[in-house]
Amino acid sequence: MSRDSSTRGEAISLWGKVALAFSTMCGIAGLFLKTETHRHDLGRLTALMLHEMRDRGPDSAGFAVYGEGRAGATKLTVLAEDTEPGWGAEAGWEAGWEARWEAVAAGLGEALGTEVSVRSIRDHAVLETMGDGDAARRWLLANQPGLDVLSHGEQLEIYKAVGDPDLVALHYDLAGRTGTHAIAHTRMATESAVTTNGSHPFATGADTCLVHNGSLSNHNQLRRLLEKQGESFQTENDTEVAAGYMSWRIREGDTLDLALKKALVELDGFYTFAIGIKDGFAILRDPIACKPAVIAETDDWVAMSSEYRALAQLPGVNDAEIWEPEPAEIYTWTLT
Amino acid sequence: MSLALPDTFDLADTTVRELNRSLHLAEGGSCTVLNPRGAHSVAAGLTSPIDVTVDGSVGYYCAGMNQQATVHVNGNASTGLAENIMSGTVRVTGNATMSAGATGHGGLVVVEGNAGARCGISMKGVDIVVGGNVGHMSAFMAQAGNLVVLGNAGDDLGDSLYEARLFVRGTVASLGADAVEKEMGPEHLGIVADLLEKADMSDAANPSEFRRYGTARQLYNFHIDDIDAELATGATP
Repeated sequence: MSRDSSTRGEAISLWGKVALAFSTMCGIAGLFLKTETHRHDLGRLTALMLHEMRDRGPDSAGFAVYGEGRAGATKLTVLAEDTEPGWGAEAGWEAGWEARWEAVAAGLGEALGTEVSVRSIRDHAVLETMGDGDAARRWLLANQPGLDVLSHGEQLEIYKAVGDPDLVALHYDLAGRTGTHAIAHTRMATESAVTTNGSHPFATGADTCLVHNGSLSNHNQLRRLLEKQGESFQTENDTEVAAGYMSWRIREGDTLDLALKKALVELDGFYTFAIGIKDGFAILRDPIACKPAVIAETDDWVAMSSEYRALAQLPGVNDAEIWEPEPAEIYTWTLT
Repeated sequence: MSLALPDTFDLADTTVRELNRSLHLAEGGSCTVLNPRGAHSVAAGLTSPIDVTVDGSVGYYCAGMNQQATVHVNGNASTGLAENIMSGTVRVTGNATMSAGATGHGGLVVVEGNAGARCGISMKGVDIVVGGNVGHMSAFMAQAGNLVVLGNAGDDLGDSLYEARLFVRGTVASLGADAVEKEMGPEHLGIVADLLEKADMSDAANPSEFRRYGTARQLYNFHIDDIDAELATGATP
């Protein structure tokens, strides 16, 4: 950091970078429920938080929910990126989606040789199988070119779309969802186009996902490095590269904590990350910490957001411990 | 046009815009703001000697550009508390996040708890008193005024400092480029005593417990010929 800078010019260019970082936004809202108390209400509380982050990222939104899973089963959230989602479209659009998703499930079931159930939610569907989840993901990516696999795992489901964050929450029924934790994101695009698959969260492996407020400056270089390590990328987005980096490190055997420590060295740019894993939740800010973050914690929950106003309606917030996470410090919580 | 202030504004059923319009039109009096719930720009741009108490935590830029008014927040404040304050007093009973008192020209900002990163960044004459700690890069490029910290300071305190004075009672994680420790003279003890009294923290700390940090003047063009101008800004070598 600037402690090594020896000229005024360097200091001013740092100030310029700081100003630039402040000028770009995105909103993050993460809620991790430590006890049963509010798990029936996870989706509604997350939707309240997302609503407050709407003007930080009005162009698109997404959310990840860790809900009840069937032991041993894999859920895959898939998105049809080759078609409009059909919001408010003509009669019959819902049946059209259901027919398409039934066909995808049937094809996948045949390829895997096991039963695949399907839940259709507009242009998203959740496929569930007791078969090999990794094989299912590979088959979908290889044989369904119009589809994107947003998540896979026992509990994680991810939904994302272009448009008003409140409508995204409404159309994919965020408020009705139950579970242990959720991470939502509103996006103001800076590093790549406003598209559904450029929206967050990004999956980084089974039951693992990441959202990001900020911008990475070395993402092209990192993308090339990661492609050599076998990662594949579906967008030009910088956050997908961060997700790919985490995915690679965890696949290589790093713990979440160790992978984040390495990310601090390898990722150059401005970021606040919120990360979900099957039984845990993590927060990391870059060493300069331009991007805002505030954490509130009670006996029942931990919530993190870009701004306090997203936390202001959570139950018991007036008695919560509230603090700003330190730069370059990894915060993690695990279900006990 | 001047309008009398109502006793309370409830932001559960009033917009910040309506609140601020009323506060801008008032020339005196006092009022309480309820249910701020992290709203941005609460009591920003005040120009009259009015008293505003905010019950609850506020969002960005609370009391920004303040002139003459006294704004008291019973809660925490988010980014840019009292940004570019010109005069008056802004006090927060809890913590403030990033850039509290940034670019302030005058007046007093008091944070009873901790202030986050870049507290007093580019301050130009404001006095800031923080009861707890300040985060990294506080007083970055600070030009004039006093920053008094009763707790500890984070990394790179006073990086690229001009003529602001920094007083820290606890530890300093690291000094920024061109920031150095300086002797505490009698006049500096006096400055700290005065600011502790104004901040209502005289019982919390003794001026002799503070260490002073300032600029080494190696980064910017300081000439002894300009000393009169330096003194005019309240800076002492």
